[in-house]
Amino acid sequence: MKIPRFSRKTLCIPYAVFLIFFVIVPMLVILFYAFTDRNMHISFSNFIRFFSDPTKLSTIVYSLVIALITTVICLVIAFPVAYILAHSRMKKKFVILMLFVLPMWINFVLRVNALRELFNLFSSLDGLEGLANANYFKTVFGMVYDFLPFMILPLYTTMLKIDRSLYEASYDLGAGAVTTFVRITIPLSMPGVMSGVTMVFLPSMTNYVVSDMLGNAKVTIIGKFIYEYFGTDWHMGSMVALVLLIVVFVSTWLSGGFKSEENVRGTTL
Amino acid sequence: MAEHIIELQDVTKYFDDNLVIDHVSFYVNKGEFITFLGPSGCGKTTTLRMIAGFDLPTSGKILLNGEDISRLPPNKRPVNTVFQRYALFPHLNVFENIAFGLKCKRVENTYRNDKGEEYKKKEKLSKKEIREKVQKALALVDLEGFEKRSISTLSGGQQQRVAIARAIVNEPEILLLDEPLGALDLKMRKEMQIELKEMHKRLGITFIYVTHDQEEALTMSDTIVVMADGIVQQIGTPVKIYNEPANTFVADFIGESNIFNGTVVGEKKVKFCGKTFQCLDKFEPNEPVDVVVRPEDIQMCAPENGTLVGEVISVVFKGIHYEITAQVGKYELVISSTESREVGEKIGMNVSPDGIHLMKPKYTTNVFEGVITKHNTVKFADGEFECDVTQLYPGSHIDEEEYLITAQGEKIDLTDVAVRVEVGLNDIEISDDAEAGGTTGKIISIIYKGDHYRLIVRTEEEEEDFVFATDDLWNENDLVSVIIPKDKIKLSLKNTEEKKR
Repeated sequence: MKIPRFSRKTLCIPYAVFLIFFVIVPMLVILFYAFTDRNMHISFSNFIRFFSDPTKLSTIVYSLVIALITTVICLVIAFPVAYILAHSRMKKKFVILMLFVLPMWINFVLRVNALRELFNLFSSLDGLEGLANANYFKTVFGMVYDFLPFMILPLYTTMLKIDRSLYEASYDLGAGAVTTFVRITIPLSMPGVMSGVTMVFLPSMTNYVVSDMLGNAKVTIIGKFIYEYFGTDWHMGSMVALVLLIVVFVSTWLSGGFKSEENVRGTTL
Repeated sequence: MAEHIIELQDVTKYFDDNLVIDHVSFYVNKGEFITFLGPSGCGKTTTLRMIAGFDLPTSGKILLNGEDISRLPPNKRPVNTVFQRYALFPHLNVFENIAFGLKCKRVENTYRNDKGEEYKKKEKLSKKEIREKVQKALALVDLEGFEKRSISTLSGGQQQRVAIARAIVNEPEILLLDEPLGALDLKMRKEMQIELKEMHKRLGITFIYVTHDQEEALTMSDTIVVMADGIVQQIGTPVKIYNEPANTFVADFIGESNIFNGTVVGEKKVKFCGKTFQCLDKFEPNEPVDVVVRPEDIQMCAPENGTLVGEVISVVFKGIHYEITAQVGKYELVISSTESREVGEKIGMNVSPDGIHLMKPKYTTNVFEGVITKHNTVKFADGEFECDVTQLYPGSHIDEEEYLITAQGEKIDLTDVAVRVEVGLNDIEISDDAEAGGTTGKIISIIYKGDHYRLIVRTEEEEEDFVFATDDLWNENDLVSVIIPKDKIKLSLKNTEEKKR
């Protein structure tokens, strides 16, 4: 009797099925909808409508700018935190790391809601009335608050993996603290920076819950756009989704996220 | 006299509460190849790291060319290190790795301005200078043409060479090498040993080398510093260290040796293994000594001509020589010889006077500081032992309330009185049963002394050592309990102000 043998390929089948039905097919559907009109005829009208509408284009730009600012602020805050945590000899540093990561475990909508209430409270104070209408500020603030852990964690794990003797070697060769930081710490932290940036930049372009709740619905980002179109016009919605896909693809490519070999080098050795 | 380039003066280093370096003093001559040798955890790497500046001494001074550098950060010291696991920068290629130090360097150049006045300016090295220096360093380690290679594509030996090039390109006054050959295979290691020695000759700078490999140390060094337990055991040339070990630790650690307990019986005469031998070292008559005889210093002969007569119990072929173990009475001797013998054969053995090395025994007795408890037991070395407290006062006895009554009829409460506890080397037993003895500890050292083993058991908390002789073979790092018979604990008062009642 022949015993049926499980090969590794067999184990891949469930995932392959999942991939086909939930990734590839939907992509094709989006592609189909994006280039058809309401009568299901092939057409470029969505494409033309999108790129001839200044509000749509400006939304894309706004989304990019908000995402960019959020990412930069997250990076500026997270880098020193991760650096200090990774280098401290504190026995309790796990606790401090948890304090930064813990918010991730609390419901996201709840946190944003709480933040909105806080903003409302502050804007009722004398001298802070301007806060009520600082929609972009509040949106960015909320996004930084939400996505910071996603920046800290990969940075922290990458920095933790850097061999301490590399710093010693740098000092030994005559480099001071600043030179060592610029020439050793920063380059070797790049894999962490890259994954942190990806994990913050992409969601902050599409996560419209924050911009809706904190920006008084005055701040429209691209994710909101897609959501609204799918209520009325699937064809236009698909086109916006496609454009977003391309923007993400290009920005990832520009930041070198696809050069996986480069990233691995710093961490494996 | 040669200049002292580095001098350690009474250096002590604690990590938290652990004493790692215990009042170490020595100096290094300019241009010599000096090796710190010792088992792992002996403090050799810490000593090196203090010279490099990665660790600061808790107390004591490190002088470089007579100047105190103890507190100077590593980047301000004219020394460079070759790290144990190379510590090459993975994001830089070979050229950039080697050029790293040069790019950090500022040289003082003298210029003349229009008025002809001289002025000095600190400047970076030019790209051309850096390129030339890197190429020279690469040539020195035989890696020409490797400039553009990424570190991860290099073999262990090549990485090793890059690490050396990266250090020497800065022209340091001292090159520190922290077990640099540890990660290489045997053949590669032998080759690198020779190359390093060559390099030392060519460069003319001081090499400070750390290793636990005694053969490596003997092969390469001008001077060896043998360390154990954070203490310098012996400093000397390889020949001196091998031929005249300062104590049984050095004798046991470097090369094979037979170690016996002996007694000096007269002018340059010593008795061990039941026979009297002529020797060269002078000691007081009747003094107990440790006797070290190297296996190659024992000559075999016909049974009737030998001072010692014994039976061969094992023969092992070692390539160039045979290692023969002979049983003489209750003693075992290891002999190395180019001649083979049959197991069971009777042989005679002689040792010439220059083959016998006498040394003062490091341990003659165990001394602890203890405290008497309420129940007239004594507490020391993490444990509590039954003892006879009446020995503190001659003629005294214990009354029914457990108070001590002296010969004069005085009543003394001994509770919490500090005492000095002395236990002889032959009065300690150990057991596997943790409950059997007064305290427990780990076996940290085993030295075979011909007919018995000398063990050291260290307690976990207070790190007190029990040194004693036993006939049984134990394993290092075994957890054992220490048993001392009541009558073998000798007590004496530490201070005379005992509490009176």
